[in-house]
Amino acid sequence: MNYRAVRAIYLFEMARTWRTLLQSIVSPVVSTSLYFVVFGAAIGSRISQVEGVSYGTFIVPGLIMLSVLTQSIANASFGIYFPKFTGTIYEILSAPISYFEIVLGYVGAAATKSIILGLIILATAGLFVPLHIHHPVWMLAFLVLTAVTFSLFGFIIGIWADGFEKLQMIPMLVVTPLTFLGGSFYSIDMLPPTWRTVALLNPVVYLISGFRWSFYEIADVSVSVSIGMTTAFLVICLVVIWWIFRTGYRLKN
Amino acid sequence: MSSIISVANLSKTYGSGFKALKNVNLDIKRGEIFALLGPNGAGKTTLISIICGIANPSEGKVLVGGENIQTSYRKARSLIGLVPQELHTDAFESVWATVSFSRGLFGKPKNPAHIEKVLQDLSLWDKKDSKIITLSGGMKRRVMIAKALSHEPQILFLDEPTAGVDVELRKGMWEVVRTLQQSGVTIILTTHYIEEAEEMADRIGVINKGEIVLVEDKATLMQKLGKKRLTLHLQGKLDALPESLGHYELDLCDGGATLVYDYDTKGERTGITSLLGDLRTAGIRFNDLDTTQSSLEDIFVDLVRAS
Repeated sequence: MNYRAVRAIYLFEMARTWRTLLQSIVSPVVSTSLYFVVFGAAIGSRISQVEGVSYGTFIVPGLIMLSVLTQSIANASFGIYFPKFTGTIYEILSAPISYFEIVLGYVGAAATKSIILGLIILATAGLFVPLHIHHPVWMLAFLVLTAVTFSLFGFIIGIWADGFEKLQMIPMLVVTPLTFLGGSFYSIDMLPPTWRTVALLNPVVYLISGFRWSFYEIADVSVSVSIGMTTAFLVICLVVIWWIFRTGYRLKN
Repeated sequence: MSSIISVANLSKTYGSGFKALKNVNLDIKRGEIFALLGPNGAGKTTLISIICGIANPSEGKVLVGGENIQTSYRKARSLIGLVPQELHTDAFESVWATVSFSRGLFGKPKNPAHIEKVLQDLSLWDKKDSKIITLSGGMKRRVMIAKALSHEPQILFLDEPTAGVDVELRKGMWEVVRTLQQSGVTIILTTHYIEEAEEMADRIGVINKGEIVLVEDKATLMQKLGKKRLTLHLQGKLDALPESLGHYELDLCDGGATLVYDYDTKGERTGITSLLGDLRTAGIRFNDLDTTQSSLEDIFVDLVRAS
């Protein structure tokens, strides 16, 4: 195992975060705060409690997941796409480093950033609404699992993308709508039965449901199903990445 | 001298069906400077890319330091430093950070003294804290070399190292390459500046259309294929060559003021003595004469045309 190479990639990616602090950390925190102001305070004050929890408090897990999902994808996809774009990928490909180590460096850094961001947003939420986390260990486990899984997904997008448009396409057109429709701002039990069934096809529902359960012990679907679905997506991403490196897809001629 | 790189029956066919390399066999000797010459699209960069792990071969085997580049890629790649043709740099990183990053990527422990030495040798020490985006093209090229040398490689690939570099910097680069060779590094450079190969290389390989056309010691190559040209500046202009000189391959140039005679240095008889005798007999006198050796460029053009 080339630990020094993994460390080099990891620290290089983390250094980019500190260099682009406004974009990486401050911007998501500001936009999440705006969600609290608009949905939590302004609109939320007119909404009764959801399953025994005030609306402002109810949306906290969903908002954290919204940021963690989008930032995991953005960090990981940009992390691997940028060397491809600038051509510096030659150095990674010609170094004595395995595919697993490359993924560990890039995805590890992307997931770390998302986890830090998720925790910052959680702390920010604490300023707006009262919070109580019933299962902090599970909360962290869901946070880490989601950050890693979607960083892997972002890595795949970064490899697949051959232009900035494609880099933005999946996060903008697929992930953001799925997250909004995945119960970030409501319980899917509030939907009519038909739409509830449709909503269950959305993988993000399972992430948010499990994460919310770790906070308030309320969930749209059972916790084991949430973990199972997230793990299944993680495995699918790993298989796709294994295939990418085995074939050299979009990396090697 | 033992081989540090051994390429056997290497072929590369791209997805489009284009055959970039066709059954290439090549051995690079330890400690030499090997120049790979070829026109654009000849397969130089593809060959380097495969040896360094950037492209996959379609067929064949490559050993680097005795290690197979596919089955023992860690050991093989750790011996190699690569300076690609294009200036691929992390624009917003500092020189020091990017060179240190390269060392880490190759699994070497931190060694600030070595990084400092590399930067000093490449006259980059003053710029160690500068962001790469602020550097000139020539400096960026040197940063690329510094990155390639950061992990103390035994082999250095320089793909078109002086493309677009001014004459002074080019000579500086040659100096760096010579110093590296003296320290025991094997250097493989691709170029289409013939003078670069002529100036630098111990051996020269010519590649064209994906095939190695020739590999030879530079001196032997020059001697073997080199032609010389004798130019005679005549006292009086000639309208035409006398019949008695018809069996020589002479060209009358400059409106009849000079006679040009090409001869082969490898031939047992150059024909010069008899030519000069026959000129005297024909009453043709000359003021001056000079001879010129054909350059590597002439040899290269001949080879590429022939292939």
